[in-house]
Order: sequence, then C-alpha cells, then structure tokens
Amino acid sequence: MSMKNTKHTISRRGLIKGSVGGFVGLTAGALGAPAIIKASDDTIRVGHITPRSGFLGTLGDYGFRGVNLAVEELNAAGGILGREVDLFSEDSVGSAVAPTKAQKLIEKRKVHFLVGEISSGSGGGVMATANRLKTMYMQTGCNSDALRGEKCNKYSFHVEAGNTMYTKTIGNWQNRAGNVNGKNFYMLTADYAFGHDLARVSTRFLTENGGNVMANELVATNTPDYSPYILKVKAAKPDFVYINLAGADQTTFLKQYKEYGLDYAISGGVMDTAGFWAAGIESITGYWQSLWYHGMDTPSSKAFAKAFTEKYKKPPENQAWGDYIGVKIMAAAMEEAKSVDPAKIIPLLESGMEFDILKPRKGHFRKWDHSLLQQMFVVKVKDKADMQDEWDIFEIVEASPGDSENLDVIQPTQSENMCAMG
Amino acid sequence: MLLLEQILNGLLVGTYYTLLALGLSIIFSLGGVVNLAHGAFYAAGAYTIVFLSELIGFPSAFVATPILVGLIGIVVETFFLRRLYTKDPILTLLFTFGLAMSAEQVLRLTFGASGIPFSIPEFLSGQLHVGSFIYSYYRLAILAVTAFSIGGLWLLFNKTSFGLVMRAGVADAEMVRAMGISIKPILSLVFAIGVGLAAVAGSMSASLTGVQPAMGNDIVTAAFVICVLGGLGSFWGVVFAGLLVGILKGVTALYIPPAAEGSIYALMVLVLIFRPRGMFGIRFDRLE
Repeated sequence: MSMKNTKHTISRRGLIKGSVGGFVGLTAGALGAPAIIKASDDTIRVGHITPRSGFLGTLGDYGFRGVNLAVEELNAAGGILGREVDLFSEDSVGSAVAPTKAQKLIEKRKVHFLVGEISSGSGGGVMATANRLKTMYMQTGCNSDALRGEKCNKYSFHVEAGNTMYTKTIGNWQNRAGNVNGKNFYMLTADYAFGHDLARVSTRFLTENGGNVMANELVATNTPDYSPYILKVKAAKPDFVYINLAGADQTTFLKQYKEYGLDYAISGGVMDTAGFWAAGIESITGYWQSLWYHGMDTPSSKAFAKAFTEKYKKPPENQAWGDYIGVKIMAAAMEEAKSVDPAKIIPLLESGMEFDILKPRKGHFRKWDHSLLQQMFVVKVKDKADMQDEWDIFEIVEASPGDSENLDVIQPTQSENMCAMG
Repeated sequence: MLLLEQILNGLLVGTYYTLLALGLSIIFSLGGVVNLAHGAFYAAGAYTIVFLSELIGFPSAFVATPILVGLIGIVVETFFLRRLYTKDPILTLLFTFGLAMSAEQVLRLTFGASGIPFSIPEFLSGQLHVGSFIYSYYRLAILAVTAFSIGGLWLLFNKTSFGLVMRAGVADAEMVRAMGISIKPILSLVFAIGVGLAAVAGSMSASLTGVQPAMGNDIVTAAFVICVLGGLGSFWGVVFAGLLVGILKGVTALYIPPAAEGSIYALMVLVLIFRPRGMFGIRFDRLE
C-alpha cells in the first residue's frame, strides 16, 4: 500500500501520536492510574489489584471504591502506625496480566501488602507472586477452593469465602427445607477455574445429600446468548436450575431465563449482588447465599454502608465490603504487631486475632489454610412491593453458621480441601 | 427434536447477529473503513434506549435511538474519518480502535461500571408455544426488525439513486467524482447507516444482557467473524453467514457446550482455507 498523498495538513506521525496519546491518557486516567510515588519510606503503601474491565469489571469497580474508602478512613484517623497510607490500584485485566501487575506493585511501588482480585484464575497467579516475593496478600474476591487448598501458601490470606462455604450455606438451608434429597439439578457452569471448582464442590454436596445432578453444562464466560442452554433445560425438566456463573454472566442468564418464562426454580453456588441488581427485580427469585449485604443491621455495618453511600451515591456491594475489610484487617494487624514485617504479622493472624468484619460475629483466620472464619447469610429475594429503593432486593433470612454453631461448620474440612503450607 | 429446536432457535438468533454484522460490512465495503469501534456504537445504542425509554416510552425510543447514534456517526465521520481516507488504511483502523477504548471509558465515567437494569417492555414479553417449541415474543420481534432492516437496506442499495451512486463509488470513486458527484456526503451517510444498525442491535440487546460499558467488546468480535465468513462486499453473504453462525452456536451448545462460543472461529478458519475471500466475498482491487 503506497502513501500517495503529500498534501495533508496533519502529518501521519502527528495523528498517530495524538490518537494513541489521547486514548492512553483517557484509559489510564479512568482506570485509576497509581498515584505519583512518594520517594520516602514514611508511608504505608497498599497495593490493590482488581479487574476493572471485562465481565468482572463491575465488581472490580466496587472493590476499587471499597479500598479507597478504607484508605481515606485510615488516613483521617492518623494512618497506620502513625504513617500516612498510600493506595496504588492496578487493573489486573486477566489471569495472564495479573501476576505481572502484582510484581510491579511489589517491586516498583514497594507496597507493604497486596489486597484484592476477583477472578480465581488471576488470584492464583497473584498468590504465587506474593509468596515468591515474600509479600502478604489479602485475597478478597476469589472463590475457588483450590486457592485455599492445593495452591495455599503462607503469605496469602482469604477474606472472600470459598466455594464450599457458599455451597454449604445455601445447601444446608435448602436441605433443611427438603429441597435437595431426591431432587434433580441442572447445572450451568462458567468454563474457567472458579466455575469448575464450584461445580465440583456443589456436586459433592448435592449428591452427598441425596440430590441428583442431571447435567453440568460448561458455558464460556461472556456468552451473550443463553437460549440454546435454556432450551436444553426445558427438555430436561429439572427441579432446580443451578447456576455456577460469574459476574455479568449471571445477569445475562437471569434476564434471558425470565424471557423464556420457564417454571423451574433457580438456585446456585454463587450470588453476586451487583449481577442481581443489573438483572432487575423482575428477573430474580428464590433463596440465595450472600457473603454480606448492605442492609445488615449491625452498627459498624451500617456505618460503612452510610459512609460508602454518601461518598459514591450508591450502596456498597459485597465486593466493596471485601476489599474494604481486607485493608482494615491488615491495618489492625499492623497496629497490633507494631510492625509491617510479615514475619510478625503472619503468626499474629494465625494465632486467631479477632476482627470486626461488620457482621454480628467477629472473624478470625483459620491457622491451617488462612481462610477467614466468618458468618455467611441466607437471603431471600424481596417482593417488588417491599423494596425501599432500587438496591433493596434482599431480606436476610438467617446467618450461617447460626449463633451457637462453630464458625468452621461451613468451611471445607482438611480431607475436603487439604492445604499443606511449606 | 432437540436438534430441530436448536436449529430453528439458531435461525432466530442468527438474524440478530446478521444485523450487527451488516452494519460493519457496509462500512467496510462501501466506506473502506474497518470499524473497530462498532461495539462502542452498539453500547451507545443500548444506553440510549435505556434512558430515552424513560422519557418517551420504548417504541419512540426504539426509533429515535439509531437516528441519534447515526448522527454521532456522521460527526465522527465528517471530522475524523474523512481526513484518513486517502491515507494508509492502518490509520482508520488505529483511529477506530482508539475510539472504541475511549468510548468505553466515557461510558464508564458517565454511567458507572455497574450494569443498569432494563427489562423487556411489557407489550413484548411472553412466549409463543408451538407444540413443545417455545419462542419468546421479544426475539420474534427482533426477527421482524432485522427482516425489515435487511429488506429496507436492499431496497436502498438497489432501487434508489443514492444506492446507485454508492455502488458506483465502491467500484470506481474517481469516475464518480469525475462525473461531478460529491462522494463525501454519501460516505457520511454510509457510516451513519452502519453505526445506526449497530445501535439498533444494541438497543434490542439491552433487555437481554447487562447494560454495562464493556458490553460492546466481545459482540463486535462475532460481527467481524461473520463479515469475514460471509465475505466482505457481499450483502447476502453476510446475511447467510449470520444465520449460519446462529445455527452453529445452537447446535454446538447441544452437543459440545464449552465449544459453543469458539465454534464460529473454527468455522472461519475452515472457510478461509478453502475460500480466502469468505464464502461470497468479492474482489477488492485496492486490497489485493
């Protein structure tokens, strides 16, 4: 292709520079490019990593807002160990890029700890990087049990609940209601690490309790059209359609399932409030499990929800809770240890230091797999008439474990999810 | 029985893919622009109908949305693309790529990253039961819109003087200019029609998927595959390829679910090996 034209007013070079510079600037600015580094050692540097684009981008955005609020609150109260807190947030993009971003945060920005991530694919890579570079990582969004099991390591701690916890929370409820034994389940599963893991633990729970998993369809992430699968569900006539889908895919499926008007109840091994908000109240029904909920009635929870809503003009989603709590836990641990050294903080967390995690009961980490021992909740979709506002889609039915139960009742056992930390 | 159901459903879904791809194909065949920002206009259509529906109701919003997005297209074409036609084709590609990225961020900054709920309007909800087969009224409506669009476009291209000039411009732009006909407004309109079609597809999908800033990314890839499959420059080739893709996805979902999304790429590779210009592609001198 020859460049015939010589009489143009803008040079080709200039145009390329302009458009590339323009869009890089726009994207970098909008993605929350890390703040300019302060060269001194005076600050506590937090490395936040989360997907800001793609099917998990909506959740990542909540995570981003959650950490920002946490850092703002910490600084307003004098920082950590008297030092100002600096936040560096990176878009992890996907599992190929995430470990590189984690490495960049540790080596270039010299962060004291990492927090965040949502995709289990990316989270595994970040965990490995954190372990290799001996930096602590508060994982706040990855559900795959494998991260707490075969991929566990000393430097990584899990604020987010694992798939077994999600499964047992809703599973125990449905079991008590007689909805598992003798029932047929048709599974739709996101075709990546998280989905496979969730399908595995869900199938295990359901079959152990007398349920029958008729099929487990693997569906690519970002699938725009679920009609072929909905038609297969129609042919199979299950008792429950059981969804193991992530992020925006939950929304797409729920909307299209409503479109076809099938009668079969929906249940699932995961529930993201943001995905349910986006689907709209007309498309959602039934009982679900939730890690937290902005309508939680504890003083600290309400304070967080209020502060978040005032700052961002919308209530916090569970992912915002997770990333916020991840930062707050590290801050509290650093204060207690009077140090930023992982060698002092890790044993402290492993010894069972308790934290206010904005739930009725406090949480602490389990020593052998670093999973946060915490309550989860069974929630029910509200009737449209009972909604106070567009986000008020759930009522909390019960906490799981119950008040008198041991917190690890919903956690995987060692035989279910062995973790051998070096 | 299940196979037949998937094939029929696939045809239905395919018409929707056709609409998306047609806009892209028109912009390339007639305007010579590889519009990587097609997904951005698709998303713009979705957001526009969500907000317009609240103001003027769904039916009016549905008509107004492609017009508004088309107007944006005219602005983009007049002030930016027009300067790049005589230059290296890579520049229009770069520009539309940059436009796509910027548009997604603008949507994110303006409307937030969260999906905005939007339901099928009441008068289009419900299902048609034919024996044990089930079709949602909404998708049948999409079928009607697509058929109408395809018919309208065919008439425009083949039975109007506008269409005549456009087709002449594709064949030999110099000659058209030599005959004293200005090609510039034609190109603007072509681009506007192309992105208008993307906006129609976007506005129809607002009820079926989440309305969020990244919604245009993956769908435009499918549109490109369909254009390549059908063959650039072939109107009916794109229509055929769209339907084929719809059927292929449905049938693959029936037998090998995880491969459903990827199957269209496998088909594309297969077709290109035997027919490098796509199934019905025409020869473009300026590209070969």
